[in-house]
Amino acid sequence: MRKLIDLPDNAAGSQDLPVRERPSKGRSSKGVTGQSMKHESAEKHVTGKAVYVDDMPEYPNQLHVAVGGSQHAHARIKLMNLSAVRAAPGVEAVITVKDVPGHTDIGPVFPGDPVLVEEICEYVGQPIFAVAAKTFEQAKKAVALAEIEYEVLEKVLTVEQALEKKHFVRPTHQHKRGDSAKALAEAKYRLQGQQYVKGQEHFYLEGQVSSVMPTEDGGMMVYTSSQHPTEVQKLVAEVLNVSINKVQVEVRRMGGGFGGKETQAAPLACIAALLANKTGKPVKYRMSRHDDMVMTGKRHDFLNTYDVGVDEHGIIQGAEIMVAGKCGNSPDLSDAIVDRAMFHSDNAYYLNNATVTGHRCKTHTVSATAYRGFGGPQGMMVAELMMDDIARHVGEDPLTIRKRNLYGVKHDHIKTADGQVDERNETHYGQIVEHNVLPELIEQLEASSNYWQRREEIKAFNANSPFMKKGLALTPVKFGISFTVQFLNQAGALVHIYTDGSIHLNHGGTEMGQGLFLKVAQVVAEEFQVDLDTIQVSSTRTDKVPNTSPTAASSGSDLNGMAARDACLRIKEGLFKFASEHYGVAEDKVRLQSNHLVVTNDNGEEQWVPFADFVQQAYMGRVPLSSTGFYKTPKIHYDRETGKGRPFYYYANGAAVSEVLVDTLTGEYKVLRTDILHDVGRSLNPAIDIGQIEGAFVQGMGWLTTEELVWDNLGKLQSNGPATYKIPAVGDTPMDFRVKLLEDRPNGEETVYRSKAVGEPPFMLGIAVWSALRDAVSSISDYTISPPMNTPATPECVLNSVMAVREQMAEQMANTDAADA
Amino acid sequence: MIKFCLNGRWVEEADISPNMTVLRYLRTQQSLTGTKEGCGSGDCGACSILLGEKSEGQWHYKAINGCITFLSQLHGKSVITVDALADGKQLHPAQQAMVDYHGSQCGFCTPGIIMSLAALHQNVEGEPTHHQILDALSGNLCRCTGYRPIIDAAKNMHSYPATGNVEIWQPEELVSKPVEHAGVEVETRTRFRAMKKGQAWVVDDEIQLQELLAEHPDARMVAGATDLALEVTQFHKSINKLVSIGSIPSLKTIDVQDDFITIGSAATYAEIEPTLKTHYPEFAALLDRLGSRQVRNNGTLGGNIGNASPIGDTPPVLIALGAEIELVSKNSHRWLPLDKFFLDYKQTALQSCEYIRAIRIPRLKDNQALKVYKISKRIEDDISAVLAAFVFTIDDNKVTDVRSGFGGMAAIPKAACKLEKALLGQTISESAFINAANELSKDFTPLTDVRASADYRINVAKGLIHKCAVELLNPELVSRIEQVHTSELATSDIINQTSLTGEFYHA
Repeated sequence: MRKLIDLPDNAAGSQDLPVRERPSKGRSSKGVTGQSMKHESAEKHVTGKAVYVDDMPEYPNQLHVAVGGSQHAHARIKLMNLSAVRAAPGVEAVITVKDVPGHTDIGPVFPGDPVLVEEICEYVGQPIFAVAAKTFEQAKKAVALAEIEYEVLEKVLTVEQALEKKHFVRPTHQHKRGDSAKALAEAKYRLQGQQYVKGQEHFYLEGQVSSVMPTEDGGMMVYTSSQHPTEVQKLVAEVLNVSINKVQVEVRRMGGGFGGKETQAAPLACIAALLANKTGKPVKYRMSRHDDMVMTGKRHDFLNTYDVGVDEHGIIQGAEIMVAGKCGNSPDLSDAIVDRAMFHSDNAYYLNNATVTGHRCKTHTVSATAYRGFGGPQGMMVAELMMDDIARHVGEDPLTIRKRNLYGVKHDHIKTADGQVDERNETHYGQIVEHNVLPELIEQLEASSNYWQRREEIKAFNANSPFMKKGLALTPVKFGISFTVQFLNQAGALVHIYTDGSIHLNHGGTEMGQGLFLKVAQVVAEEFQVDLDTIQVSSTRTDKVPNTSPTAASSGSDLNGMAARDACLRIKEGLFKFASEHYGVAEDKVRLQSNHLVVTNDNGEEQWVPFADFVQQAYMGRVPLSSTGFYKTPKIHYDRETGKGRPFYYYANGAAVSEVLVDTLTGEYKVLRTDILHDVGRSLNPAIDIGQIEGAFVQGMGWLTTEELVWDNLGKLQSNGPATYKIPAVGDTPMDFRVKLLEDRPNGEETVYRSKAVGEPPFMLGIAVWSALRDAVSSISDYTISPPMNTPATPECVLNSVMAVREQMAEQMANTDAADA
Repeated sequence: MIKFCLNGRWVEEADISPNMTVLRYLRTQQSLTGTKEGCGSGDCGACSILLGEKSEGQWHYKAINGCITFLSQLHGKSVITVDALADGKQLHPAQQAMVDYHGSQCGFCTPGIIMSLAALHQNVEGEPTHHQILDALSGNLCRCTGYRPIIDAAKNMHSYPATGNVEIWQPEELVSKPVEHAGVEVETRTRFRAMKKGQAWVVDDEIQLQELLAEHPDARMVAGATDLALEVTQFHKSINKLVSIGSIPSLKTIDVQDDFITIGSAATYAEIEPTLKTHYPEFAALLDRLGSRQVRNNGTLGGNIGNASPIGDTPPVLIALGAEIELVSKNSHRWLPLDKFFLDYKQTALQSCEYIRAIRIPRLKDNQALKVYKISKRIEDDISAVLAAFVFTIDDNKVTDVRSGFGGMAAIPKAACKLEKALLGQTISESAFINAANELSKDFTPLTDVRASADYRINVAKGLIHKCAVELLNPELVSRIEQVHTSELATSDIINQTSLTGEFYHA
């Protein structure tokens, strides 16, 4: 008979029979938290062995999907004839909304996203019908044979049009603190400004894909590339009209997500499931890059305006800010995204008396969606616009103005209503900025980047260089961590220990390259004090950990790390109780260390029992070796009625200094050097964190420089492929790139090992590049004019900025001449 | 039937559609799913593979995009994919360095990056220069890392031990060598080597090509396929007759004579680069920004002319240089100045059964200066908003002759005649050139499109003419953004010095 386990000869704890080679005692375990371990899939990535959904073996009867989309931005379908599509070679099924057995709306939060259009099309490319054929090429060719007649309706394509018509997907929301109108009226200087910040295509290298297989219970097994398996599960169940437990969703890894697979993966899974349900065959829906770019959501464009009052030192007395997001045709996640833009329209600066208004504009374009930063970056842009403009107005260096306006930087002459020196630490939505590291962080970065000396060198360079001009800027980031929708701040995990001491870990988070599986495994290694390679993390599955939140809002390791830790603590409680009984010592005399159970007897002598042996003993002693874990974020609340609360558990911080060179004859530019100092609390894995920071910075820089979404005036996306939409390439990385983690600053809140979230915050460090470009252009006016510069600041946009400054200088000159005359 | 070596093993394929790309073949016919599809248009590099050709008894490898290469182009060649790169458990130096330097995050672009790095490792001894690294990776997009760790891996991979799987890199020739018997027919119906009856041919010499075109005037010619393949992968069209001409030796010659340089139409950008570097350094510098390393390894000068893009990048330069092209068919032979070749948007003077044999470029004289400018949103691998090229003949600081070529300013690449007239006879000065530049609005009425507005095209072209004056007056000045990384304007010569040493917090 096969033995279930190998019992050690001496059940009391021999060290002679390690199941596998064990390190000797005294050495710390390899791969616990704080170590720069390699990505858990690194070797699989480099050998091509890492399996993505499209790499899974196909069944002989596998069908492939293509979808027919609307040709118009806003139109009524008058007539639809799909007979040629149905008759095309290889086609096995064609569905319209009439073929949906269950719900037809798959909006994630609010309704508004039909799985297939019933009558009214609201953006170019919106799915109307879907085809399953033997090959992808056959499906694609069949789609082109559809005959659809439209009645074209009046369309709204821009934020400006939507604002004018009050054409919104959700009601406007406002934050108010103090009396901004009074502060503006009484301020020494009052400045106004406006900017248009365009959106961004995610350009995850792996496009959207779902592969589904009908099950014997009338349900569906779904393999997808999604940040939100639970939502995919729920929506697939709803469109099929089956209970949620009939659908299983599995996500092993994504080839990038960046928010683009939070809600946008679900339509593919739903459509594939509908076709699989109809045909009884496995169905794969993988979008071509073109379809992915046209049919799925992107970052929101924002139109921002500010009206700010400052004193003679450039310190803000009050501000009125408007942020208006281009939400596209449906609410999707836009309510929370525009909220986050509002929450971050102060960035790191104390606005004092403030009114912040956020509009959710409805346009006949594809519904904008989550993208790294989730509205925060667009909100921050208005704060940084203000800082540069104030600096030029009062004639100070922008860094000086930024520092004076930071939260927590007190000025003796600025008092509250009751005459006290203002602490300057309350945001416009009532959250107190605690554990504020930014003033100190900026000071360190200012020194390490040699900001002031370089400022002088740059001024000298610019004075002598005829058309090549340099620019320099330091911009900070204060980013609120937590889902602003409170219930999402929960997570579950599942940990098993097997009888050979190996550990299996599942949690609700998904792996999209950010190293979440690794970080959570390091947490488990830390808790059990075992080597990381004894822990196996497997796919995220809805039947392992249910009812999960999306892996989003930078919350992956905060939430899932804590949930996994909770599971470990539960198992450990049983293990320690057992060890205490088994070895006849008090519970505080046993501990886990270096892959061993260490038992200290009354004489102070230690007995080291290999972890695997101890686990076998515990199994024989009938101790549970498996547990779920759960976590919910404490302290957070937000009242939408009053616009006040504490939406964020804590803030993550960082700052970047970028130096650029601009060719003022062509508008071309290059980032010469970037220094970053970023705060991740006590890092779970410095290499992973630095990877997140560098990648986020470059992605943020791309958003503000070369990545330009272009729609034509019919509402068609023109930048619909990598040939026309340019994400940063290898040469765009700053030539000199210095990234450091802020040291010795554990998180002031009780997060997992006092670490901080890192996914999104460094994205906004890219704003330093935009500000440096403005600085370089401003130099042609000897820093007297704050150049207009919408984003992305393409070479064209920069040249326009140069020309605008020259025109303004010519006007000033003409005015001066006129005055002299 | 065609034959090629795949990861050290010779394979034969006959009954496969001419539209089959290498990427799709690998993933669906060979179950080699390590190679990824990121875009299907040769812009992201996730599908990069190594293509080997044998010369002087050795196989030499270069990285190409599998997604826009047709299977028929592999005939007689050797292909290495990421799946076979490691030697058992020992990773290739590129792989191990990428692991050690944390070069992968989501991992989807990684196989392509590995192959580009493997090509770099193969072709450069020791530590590559920063420029060589950027060049090797110019066609690989990564959305996660920001590239810094990948650049570090590239810099350091030479210090890792090489793998021993020689059979992958230097496979034995097939014992029976059908490859060398030009024109030997497997199919009885035609005289040409066909992959699928009457649909895709591989020809070995020009006689065969001429015969084939005479019989099938509707056949599409393909050399590198870096443009043509997009019809299949992006527009879902079928190409019914495809003739692969990329291996015809007489179309790949480069001949430097006293007055001219003649370049075969099927010579790849990579193959002509050294010649251009010697004789037209500004033209060679343009190649750094033309497509990517993968595109330059497969794309050809003849293809760039034949596809008649309104933008370029090479036709405006060739027009400014006064190049002529040789057009040949079974019954005809003629030379045509390049500026007479482009008739209208995507229309050329190429007649039925004709093909481009060669491009003849006059050599520059001592008193001539070539200036080439490319304007695009991104420096690497981007299509030009404006391409401008000038050949100035200068005597005593005066412009005694000038020829220009512009791309992106009209429906075809063409010269700016009024501008040339205004520059002629001018003494070089910024003001004279700025004045002359105003003529551009008479020469061109450009379009607004996804790459640039009409206004920007005019404004930036004027800026470039201004820049010509500055550069002619101050040849030493660093005046181009793309030169900066090798110039004193770089703030520091220590590039990317982020270190990951030290375990930061944990005791």
